[in-house]
Order: sequence, then C-alpha cells, then structure tokens
Amino acid sequence: MPSQKKNDIAIRMEDVGIEIDGELDSGSEDEARRRDRNRKAKASPRAGGRNGKPATSEDEEEEEDQDEAPRKRARKKKASAQDSEEEEEEDDRSVKRKGTKAAGRKKKAVEEESEESEEEERGKKKKGRKVTNKKQKDEQNKEKKGDAKGKGGKDKGNVKDKKNKNGKYSRECQAFVEKFEGALGKGKGRKLYAYKVMMAKKMIKFNRDFDNFKTACIPWERKIKEVESHFGSSVASYFIFLRWMYGLNLVLFAFMFGLVVLPEVMMGLPYGSIARKTVPRAEQERAMDISVLLDFGGYCKYSILFYGFYNDERTIGVLQFRLPLSYLLVGVGIFGYSLMVVIRTMARNSDEGGDGGDDGQFTFAFKMFTSWDYLIGNPETADNKYASITTSFKESIVDEQENQKDENIHLRRFLRVLANFLILCSLGGSGFLIYFVVKRSQEFANLDQDELSWFEKNEVEFVMSLLGLVCPPLFETIAELEEYHPRIALKWQLGRIFALFLGNLYTFLFALFDEVNAKLEKEKSIRNATIWGLNEYYSNYSSYHNTTDIPPPDIHPADVIRGPCWETAVGIEFVKLTVSDIQVTYMTILIGDFLRAMIVRFLNYCWCWDLEAGFPSYGEFDISGNVLGLIFNQGMIWMGAFYAPGLVGLNVLRLLTSMYYQSWAVMSCNVPHERVFKASKSNNFYMGLLLLVLFLSLLPVVYTIMTLPPSFDCGPFSGREQMYNVVMETIENDLPAFIGNIFTYATNPGLILPAVLLMVLAIYYLNATSKNYQNANLELKKKMQMARDEEKNRRNNKENTNQVMQDLEDLLPNRSLLPPAAEEENPPPDKVREKGSKSPKVAKRPGAAANGKGVNLQNDVSLAAPNPKAAVTHPPGPRGLSGNARGPPPGPVRGRGRGTPPPRH
Amino acid sequence: MGTTASQLRKDLLSEYQELTFLTKQEIILAHKRFSELLSKEDRNLPTPRVPMEKVLSLPELKSNPFRKRICHVFSTSDMKDGSLTFEDFLDLLSAFSDSATLEIKSHYAFRIFDFDDDGTLDGGDLEKLVNCLTGETDDTRLTTEEMRQLISNILEESDIDKDGTVNLSEFQHVISRSPDFVSSFKIVL
Repeated sequence: MPSQKKNDIAIRMEDVGIEIDGELDSGSEDEARRRDRNRKAKASPRAGGRNGKPATSEDEEEEEDQDEAPRKRARKKKASAQDSEEEEEEDDRSVKRKGTKAAGRKKKAVEEESEESEEEERGKKKKGRKVTNKKQKDEQNKEKKGDAKGKGGKDKGNVKDKKNKNGKYSRECQAFVEKFEGALGKGKGRKLYAYKVMMAKKMIKFNRDFDNFKTACIPWERKIKEVESHFGSSVASYFIFLRWMYGLNLVLFAFMFGLVVLPEVMMGLPYGSIARKTVPRAEQERAMDISVLLDFGGYCKYSILFYGFYNDERTIGVLQFRLPLSYLLVGVGIFGYSLMVVIRTMARNSDEGGDGGDDGQFTFAFKMFTSWDYLIGNPETADNKYASITTSFKESIVDEQENQKDENIHLRRFLRVLANFLILCSLGGSGFLIYFVVKRSQEFANLDQDELSWFEKNEVEFVMSLLGLVCPPLFETIAELEEYHPRIALKWQLGRIFALFLGNLYTFLFALFDEVNAKLEKEKSIRNATIWGLNEYYSNYSSYHNTTDIPPPDIHPADVIRGPCWETAVGIEFVKLTVSDIQVTYMTILIGDFLRAMIVRFLNYCWCWDLEAGFPSYGEFDISGNVLGLIFNQGMIWMGAFYAPGLVGLNVLRLLTSMYYQSWAVMSCNVPHERVFKASKSNNFYMGLLLLVLFLSLLPVVYTIMTLPPSFDCGPFSGREQMYNVVMETIENDLPAFIGNIFTYATNPGLILPAVLLMVLAIYYLNATSKNYQNANLELKKKMQMARDEEKNRRNNKENTNQVMQDLEDLLPNRSLLPPAAEEENPPPDKVREKGSKSPKVAKRPGAAANGKGVNLQNDVSLAAPNPKAAVTHPPGPRGLSGNARGPPPGPVRGRGRGTPPPRH
Repeated sequence: MGTTASQLRKDLLSEYQELTFLTKQEIILAHKRFSELLSKEDRNLPTPRVPMEKVLSLPELKSNPFRKRICHVFSTSDMKDGSLTFEDFLDLLSAFSDSATLEIKSHYAFRIFDFDDDGTLDGGDLEKLVNCLTGETDDTRLTTEEMRQLISNILEESDIDKDGTVNLSEFQHVISRSPDFVSSFKIVL
C-alpha cells in the first residue's frame, strides 16, 4: 500500500503541489511546526513534507479526513461552500481546516478520490486501534484540530472535478479561514484566539446562567410547569392566565394605591375630622360589630376603602396634590391601561400564532426523539418528565384523531344544530327566570322588609347561583352531542356560559341602577333639607347676633345630616359581590374537590362499588368555569374600582391566594381530563372574552361619570355638577389660558367629527394592508410547503438521490488512471455505490462496514444535511449538489466523539 | 490504554483529551468516578470493566429511561453485557458532552433508540421507545390504539422512503431540524 500511495501522492503533487506551496501562508507553517511537536513520536516529520511528504503518513491522513468529515458536519455546513472556484484556495483552506496541521494534508485534498478504496482498510485500523497506538494518536490529534475547522475532505476531491465556482462560496471560505486563523497562529495571535475562545465560553455560560435567572424570576413558573406536566397545557393555560391577571392587577393596584389611597392617607384629613370621614351617631354603637364589618358597614364604610371617604378639597398637603383630579384620572386610566394591555397581549399572541410554519412538520418525531432530557438525574423530576411526555403524546394524538375523523357528516350536523337549539332554549329559559325573579324582587322591595321571609329577600341571588351551578354541567352534557374536539368544545362551552353570566351581570347592574336612582331621589330631598336648614341657621344667627360674619354651625361631624352617598353604596355592592365570589369559589374547591377526593380515596376501602372508577370519582379541573370566574371577577373589579379604591387591593390578594390554593387543589384532588388536549397556541380566546367584559364594564362606569351627578356631601367630587367638571376646573384655573382655548377648540364638534372620520379611514387603511400582508404570508407559506415537498420528492427519487453516486462516477475515470486500489478487500467502486444507494439496512453499524459505509453515509449526508437555516439562501437544486459534495463521510462515529467503534465482525 | 490505576498518567490524560470532547478536568473527574465504581480486584486488571449494574447506579444515569441502552451502545464488551471500560466510559461522556456535534449525538441517539440493533427503527423499536418515554407505570402508558396511531404518525413524518422504518439518515434528517436536541442530549458528571 505505501508504495501505491506514494505513487498517488507523486502524481497528485505534480498536479497540485506547486500551487499548494504558493498558497501556504505563515499560519500553516506554524501549524506544521506545531504538528511536528505533536508528532515527535513519529518518525516521519510531517512539517517538512509539504511537498514530498513521506508516503507512509498519507493513509493516516486520509483516514483523518474521513473521520473528520462526518463529525464536523455542522461546521461543514457553514463552510459547505467548499466547492470553491480556485483549487489553490481550496487547498489552502483545506490545509488550515484540517489540519491545521498537516502540511501533508494538502495532498489529501487531491487524493481524496482514491480514498474510497482505502476506507475499508481504514475501518479496520480504527477498529483495531487502541488509544495507545501512536499513529492513532496522531490521527486523533489531527482530527481534533480538524474539528475546529473540520470540513469534508471529500468535497475537495469532488471540487476538483466540478469546478462550479461560486463567488459566494469562496468568500464564505475566506471568512471561515479568517475566523479560525487564530487557532493556527502562534504567539500573540494564538493567545488572542485562546482569549477569545475563553471569553466566548464564559459568555455562553453567563448567558445560560442569566437565562436561568430570568426563568427563576418568572413567578410560579415551576408550579405551572408541574401542573402542566400532569394536566396538560390546557389546564396550565388557566394558571398562566391567572398569573397574567395578577400582573395586570398589580399594576392597577399600584396606580390606585400610589395616586389615590396613599396621598389621602398621608396628606388628607384624618378620620373623624369631617362628616364624611365619621361614622354617624346612630350607627356608632354597632360600628365595630363583626357582623356589620363583614357587611362592609360601620367603620369599613367610612374608610379609605370607599369613595365616600375622600375629600373634595382641590389640593391637599404641602405638595398641593390635586386629589379629585387624580381620582378621576386614575379611575379612567385604569380602563385605559387595561384596554391597552389586553389589546397588546392579543396582538402579541396572534404574532406568535403566525410563525408556526416549520413546526408542524415533525411534531411527533420531535416529541419522540428529542423530548427526553438526558440531564435529568432526579427520580422525581424524571417522573414529572414521564408524565409530561405522556401528556404531550396524548394531546397530539387527540389532535391527530380529530383531523382524521370523518364520519356521518349529516348526523353530526343534525346533532350540532340540535345541541345548539337545546342550549339556546335553556339560555332563554334562564334569562326569563332571572327577569321574572328580578321583577318579583322589585315588588318585594316595596313591601315592608320585616314581612319578607329569608328566601324572598335573597331570591335573586339564590336563583342566580342555582343557575350558575346547574347550567354549566347541563351545557357540557348537551355539548357531548356535538363531538367537537375538546379544544373547540371548550370554546363553545366558554361562550355559552359567558352568555349565561352576562344575564347574571346585567341583572345585577339594573338592580343597582334602580337602587342608585332611588338614592338620588332621596339625596335630593336631604340636600334640599340641608340647604334649607343651613339657610335657617344663617338667618337665625344673623338676626340673633346681628352680624354677617357667621361661623359655620357647630355640629359634631357625627351628627351632621348626610345624604345616602350612592357611590359608596355601589362600591359596597361590588366589594360584597367580590367577597362572596371568593367565598363561593374557595368553598367549592374545598367541598367539590377536596372533600370529594377525600371521600373517594378513603371510603373506597369500604364501599359497595369502586368509587375511584365509578360514580363520584375524582373531580376534573373545570377550565371553562374557572376562566370565566376569573374574567367576570375582573369585570367586577373594573366596575367597582372607581367606587371602591380598596377593591383592587382586595383582588390582588385574592389572585395571589387562589394561585397557591388552586394549584395545590388541582395537584392534590383532581385527575387529568380523559382527553388531555393542547391549549390553543394563543389564548386569545380568553383575551377576547376579557376584552368584551372590559368593554361591558366600561359602559356603566363611564355612564355614571358622565351623566349622574355626584353626591353632594361625600367623595372627591362633592359639590360639583358632574364628576368630569374637575377636569374643567383644572384647565381653567391651573393651566395657562391658551391651553384652555385649545381645549375649547378641540372639543368643538367641527373638529371632532373630522377626527373621527380620519380615524375611521385609518382603520380602514390598516385593515386593508393587514389583509394584504396576510395574503402574502399565505402565499409564502404555500411556496415553502411546495419547496419542501419538492425536496422530499427529489430525495425519494432514487436517481436524484444519488448525486453522490454521480459524483463518484465522474471521479471514476480519474481513478482508473491511478494505480489500482490498494486493498484487495476493497470492493469495486460500483459495489460500493450499490450499497450506498440502499442505505437503510446497511446503515446499521456505523463502523462495521466501513466500506459501504462511507458512501452510505454520504447518502445520509445529503439527506440529513440540508441545513434548515441554509435552506433559505440556497434553492433546493444547488443545495443538493453541495450537500452531496461534502466529504466522504467515514463511519460517523469516529474520532472525537468517537464511540468505540462497534465490535468488528 | 489499560491504565486505570488510581492516578491517570499524564500522557494518557493528554491523549484522552485529544481523543474526546472532554476537558482535562472532566476526564480527571470521570476517572475518579470510574475508579469508585471499580471493585478492588478489578483495579489490577489491565482493562478493568465495570458491570452494567454498577454503571447504572450513577445518579446521572439512574433516572434515565434509556440507561441500559446507553450502556449497551457504548460497551465494547464481547459478551454484550453492557459493561464499560474506562475508555468506553469516556466515549459515553464525550458523546454526551457539551461540545459533541449534532452529528455525533444524533448518531448515538439513533443507536440508543435502535433497541434490536438492526440498524433501523422499526415499529417495535418505536414502541419500546414510547414505552420508555412514558415511564413504567401503567397509568401513564398509552393504549394500544394510541400507540398504533402514534407510530403511524411518526413514520408518516419521518419515513421518507416509505419502507416502514426510520433509518439513520432519516433520523438525522429529523433531528437536524430539532431546536433542542443538542441541548437536551447531554450528560454531565
């Protein structure tokens, strides 16, 4: 073999040698030297051998090349260019890349063609090799270094033949060489390179740590992940929604607390100083009773929790803080901020939904092959991982089944129509029931309270909660007729219960408005009486003391006659509602889930039937109910926050506790749904509902702010005709005159109308453009799909698949010039080719059939290689070529990551 | 090569460094861990082998559903008992190290998943694979129907040549597009 090699080399050298010499730069010399050092053990000095390198070393090098090739495919991709125009360049590159070191390597580039024949030999060597073998060592050295630069040796061989030049490739190659030059250099450059590498590593580590830190900073991430791994992403989506809501409420709370509550506490008048901050005499006895406090009467009612407590002074404290203005702005700003956040989140979600293009291709395969995290070393984590993998498998299977299902479409349609009809009926029925009950309660309200029984007093609430209890399960049962995919079924369910709750909400609101109107009437009379009383007092005082300097009547604040203060009453209603909602939710979890789970678990030992599998069994987590509960609760907060600033704080507490409470409950008492399903990628449905609720709760608040007169003796707006007059006052008194003028112009209908028109036009325009983009997106997606299909087809097509083989064929003539392949064992190239083309079964043991393997792998390369990222820049056609052109990969496993080559057969 | 004495010889160390993706410290640590696994008698053998059971007792492997496959794949033992020499052990760590390339990792992953060692992932392999992934307990197992569906889906996605099995190249084709395979296919001592 050596002699043959020599010949080989000689020939090659003639071809290429000169160029190589010319091209070598100082870097390569250094390398050579270094290599020398490495190889001292070896007799043959490689460094000198640039041109006339001893033949014996040749085969080793070849081996190395081959080894490198597969290993470094990743690298190669980068440089996949490889077929560069100039041979010199290639040689140059190859020298560096590979070897860094092997000056002799250059030859390799040329020799590659002959390698196939030697592969077998190589394979053997490898197998037999033990690490101690010096030669091997050297090879390994090279390989390792080669790694850094690894490129397939083979390309070069091919390159020579097909000189398809491509300026871009050569440029890429140059960049590559530059990048790794430092590794080859010596002295300063090398140090710099080492430093750079070190910094890069540090950077990677830092980034990883930082990412970990960031993840650790996301609250409840672990809790939610844990829930997700057991209950699937749909249940987790509720908790994520809850967390999001918590964040939103924290911000609202910060606004409310920082700009309204805190200033009033710090700078406003203390409790007991004026009438609105004092409990009236009549109530004082019972003001501290727990039952009163629980109803938010007594001291609660006259505290910063509610609207009535705030004073109407224009400015308070040394800071001249304009509390009434701030109150109004915060009240409106809460809506503004919430709207903005909800809409932004929706937009972001829909963004994320868009880019799933490539993901769909290998959903199952990715789950199957890449979902295990080999770093898991903790049995509990492993259990969680098992659960989460199983869950995700099930989710995907459900999705897939749904796609494949197609049965009797007419029956299905009929059933769906029927189901919708039934649900409409029950919705209508419950609507009527509510209407009926509300009417009745209004009649009751006119009667004497003492004559009414408990049931009659609480009829509305009772009916409402009964409906809320009965209807959702009823809907769920009916929905089973429809046989929707669980995800879609969830949406329907959400929508239907939403409709039901809406009735609930609006009944409540109407009742409230009735109450407010009644209070307004009452207030009017009280106000008149107060004014009349005051006038009396003044005239009496002036006539008695005969002076116009009248001090204010000296009445203890607790004794002042006061109006009903409807704002506080509304606030109390909302707070009560929220609190009772919290109670109901928590009790339901405690009884419906926890107690049930306890009974099922412990009574199961002594029961007639299997409780766990049979009737009661464990509860499932009710996603739709919980999500809607959360949404409506938020609606209450939005509506109530204006009248009860403390409500936001209360809600923050509620969300915080329910995060822990519910995640505990779900983990300990619930079982996963029978059909675990994946949450839709963007939970825009939740957001959409939330937006609707936000809008619905915006209406009454804005209505009251704009039309109802504020109470005359309580709250920050007392004494003004309308609440928004605060803004007018500020503009008139505190801002320079021209701003007032601007404002007057701006509110002129002549300006507002065009502005509205402009906005409508803008919306129309944006809508049109977004449609266009959407279309363009669809087109692009289609194109991508087509390109992919084409690629697939191309691969499937045997003739095309074997580009590699064709390349080899091209090489053959050259080959024939060479001395016949050295090894007897070498099968004729044709055979090799054949094997290669039928990869599947042969591919078995990487190292085993070194011979067929090389080719085989080549094939593999072309399959595996197309780098998804590169795909964009290369049209499929050329890529196939370059992919194939890549080195004649040897047994994939060798070298650095080399596993022990599999036992020889 | 057979130097598994308590102290790793310097030349061997640098040699191993050249041969694997591991750093010096990692090799020393690996050697330490490996020596701990060796029984007294074995230590004097030229190429001591650690039986599979002992290797599996490493906490890093204990929870891994593929631990037995990993041992079998990396073992050079003629008896196919999954026992590892120190070099096998280094190979293992090297393939699972940070710097091993996608190519190497995917190759080994393929061999690990190829339960019957026939060079392709056929239905049986995939089924075993799924069972490994879903854990040993019955309640996490998939039903036969689900399994059938799952496997047919996987084949549909990744079996490019439609021969009913996934071969190495098809496997690598899939893996090369996976965003997180490289980062999860890791074992660190």
